[in-house]
Amino acid sequence: MKTFLAAAAIVGAFAAQLSAVPALAQVRTDVNIGLPLEPPSLDPTAEAAAAVDDVLYANVFEGLTRFAADGTIVPSLAKSWDISPDGLTYTFHLHAGITFHDGSSFDADDVKFSLDRINAADSLNAQKALYASIKAVTVVDPLTVKVDLSRPDGNLLYNLAWGDAVMVAPESAANNKVNPIGTGPFFFRDRIEGSTISLEKNQAYWGAPARLDSVIFKFIGDPTAAFAAIQAGDVDAFPYFPATEAIKQFENDPRFRVVVGSTEGETILAINNAKPPLDNVKVREAIAHAINRQDIIDGAMNGFGVPIGTFLSPANPAYVDLTALSAFDPARSKALLAEAGATDLTLSLKLPPVDGYARKGGEIIAQQLAAVGIKTQITNLEWAQWISEVFTGRDYDLTIISHVEPNDIGIFARDGYYFNYANAEFKRIISELDVTADPKRRTELLQAAQRNLAENYAAGFLFELAKVGVENAKLQGLWQNQPTPATDVTAVYWEP
Amino acid sequence: MISYTVGRLMSLAISLLLASLAIFLLLEVLPGDPAQFMLGLNATPEAVAKLRSALGLDAPLWTRYFDWLLGLLQGDLGTSYTYKVPISGLVIDRIGVSIPLAVFALLLSMLIAFPVGIIAATRRNSPTDVGIMAATQIGVALPNFWFAMLLVLVFAIGLRWFSAGGFPGWQDPVQALRSLVLPAVALALPQASILARVMRSALLDTLGEDYVRTARAKGLSRRQTLWRHALQNALIPVLTIVGLQFSFLLAGAIIIENVFYLPGLGRLVFQGITGRDLMVVKSVVMLLVFAVVVVTFLVDIAYAMVDPRLRRVAS
Repeated sequence: MKTFLAAAAIVGAFAAQLSAVPALAQVRTDVNIGLPLEPPSLDPTAEAAAAVDDVLYANVFEGLTRFAADGTIVPSLAKSWDISPDGLTYTFHLHAGITFHDGSSFDADDVKFSLDRINAADSLNAQKALYASIKAVTVVDPLTVKVDLSRPDGNLLYNLAWGDAVMVAPESAANNKVNPIGTGPFFFRDRIEGSTISLEKNQAYWGAPARLDSVIFKFIGDPTAAFAAIQAGDVDAFPYFPATEAIKQFENDPRFRVVVGSTEGETILAINNAKPPLDNVKVREAIAHAINRQDIIDGAMNGFGVPIGTFLSPANPAYVDLTALSAFDPARSKALLAEAGATDLTLSLKLPPVDGYARKGGEIIAQQLAAVGIKTQITNLEWAQWISEVFTGRDYDLTIISHVEPNDIGIFARDGYYFNYANAEFKRIISELDVTADPKRRTELLQAAQRNLAENYAAGFLFELAKVGVENAKLQGLWQNQPTPATDVTAVYWEP
Repeated sequence: MISYTVGRLMSLAISLLLASLAIFLLLEVLPGDPAQFMLGLNATPEAVAKLRSALGLDAPLWTRYFDWLLGLLQGDLGTSYTYKVPISGLVIDRIGVSIPLAVFALLLSMLIAFPVGIIAATRRNSPTDVGIMAATQIGVALPNFWFAMLLVLVFAIGLRWFSAGGFPGWQDPVQALRSLVLPAVALALPQASILARVMRSALLDTLGEDYVRTARAKGLSRRQTLWRHALQNALIPVLTIVGLQFSFLLAGAIIIENVFYLPGLGRLVFQGITGRDLMVVKSVVMLLVFAVVVVTFLVDIAYAMVDPRLRRVAS
């Protein structure tokens, strides 16, 4: 890779000369976007894979609410809503004149169908748990829907913005896996499995029309191939560029723009809190103090990543910087281990197949732990193996993983979740948070939850994944941050 | 001949049955539940259980095996867990990339190797021969993915003659062929080096044979002897290698398919394994086994037709 990139620098400089020829006057209306992972099927309500939302969210499918580029929740198919004083009834008012891509109209019946479908007994929705508070959905009139809740749910509008709650039609829902029919500004044209997915502008779109006529997503997982594809002009933008070691070269090339943004991916050294001696908080604290975050960010992520001291994105307004609680302090770490009587420790470190944070990060963490006297046994796993051994089987001491779902601090309160973090106080905070809608109280609770995790060293909190993208310098309108998995091309255009 | 053919057919059927059993059981013991894998880290256990039953994974082992086998016998390869489309369609699309790529690479490698091998053999120990031998030695040692990167660097990034990868589909045959040029060259060059060396040594062997000397004694020129007698016989070992190379090119192009992100057969299996699309893996592997076994069967029959001794041994 190194020699390749060095040689590429020379050829790249040569290519820059070639492309100095004046561009054609006509402004392009198509774009080729490179993504590392291919969606399995094309129904965001039936797949957990972020790759599905990366192609279809906001472009083809829309929900009642949606994520804006800055991560806030804004109206989408619902133009407004009223919340009853007890927080148990939400009344959504829909935009008029919306049609699905197959020409059928979108109205309150489709909302009821879509929400009932998530909570149906035979539902395969991967995020079903997020919508458990919905008790009944009632059609008031074609443009008004009433959603009754079994308990107040402060996250409802947020959760309805997820790709898993997009609106689908009864006529087409079953077939969305291969032929997605939504309401968005682009419709699905075709797909070559293993290669590309093409979208085309929806001329009958109800909202602000898209500025592009066609969008082609190309799936390129190999970092070298990704580098070549953007250099050769086959791809105009990689929102998540897989070869971060080559970023310097793009920064120095006027044909490209490097975009570094935030994600919702908390990268952690997950600890099996129930397994002795890790059930002893002193041992967990010792592990936390043994870790030098910046070394991992520099060594495994080429310098991209923001240190975190708890399980929330620094982009979240409620974020508290608690990194000081787990500052790098090997001496303190050794003292704590001695206090806990945990000398001569050997822990398993099971790593999923992510080259950067997991595999490279794992080597660095193993060295850092060795420096305070903790030995590790590294096992490299495939994803499916990781899920069955670590995630489902909970047969591990340590693992490194990035949790990319937004606002998912509540997973530490789940019974039987692989952290085994059975903390009564934390569970109480989260159950209160779930039923609180008042923004001020929510922030207090979120901050209490963050402190609880940091003070009990529930995991080794490492860093927030960065979103490192490379774009053609003339391409405008892609998101800088990633508040939810999406490649929103609805506002993308070419500068003349 | 009939009893021989029936015997071979029996062994073909038994091989296929054993292979299907082995593939099925191997994938059973593979860790990783496809349903949990597909629904991810936030899914409720109920949803995972629902998906398991929707995929038919909760049926008893033997039921699933026989259902699969019965489907295969009727030409039904099943439905992909991930893409949710029939696997036969996927396979047909992928074959449309893999076979043309393999044929293209093979033709290129023969086109290079034959003249080079003949020149080297006829000018044995000359500076040309030494040069060719050195060059092919390098060609054999060159990893094809590295060579592929160099090709991309020069012809896609630098000169922009070809795209760096991808496959546009056969709707536009010119563009489709164009997108296969760099991968085919990357695959062909190491193969051509091997083939040229085989060609040279095979030709040298036949040139030393008595019948060549006789032909020369009868008054044929060097050139006539080469074309009429030596080359024909030298082609036998060369074609054996060509046959082996074709199956290598078909199945062994996974790395090249990744470098050029081509949607080929190798990549389909690879993605199937990492994505726990066990239906794709077992059906496509079974299909490849079927192809190999049938080719072997046809070769056996062809040998028997040519060589009567084989028939007698069998009966």
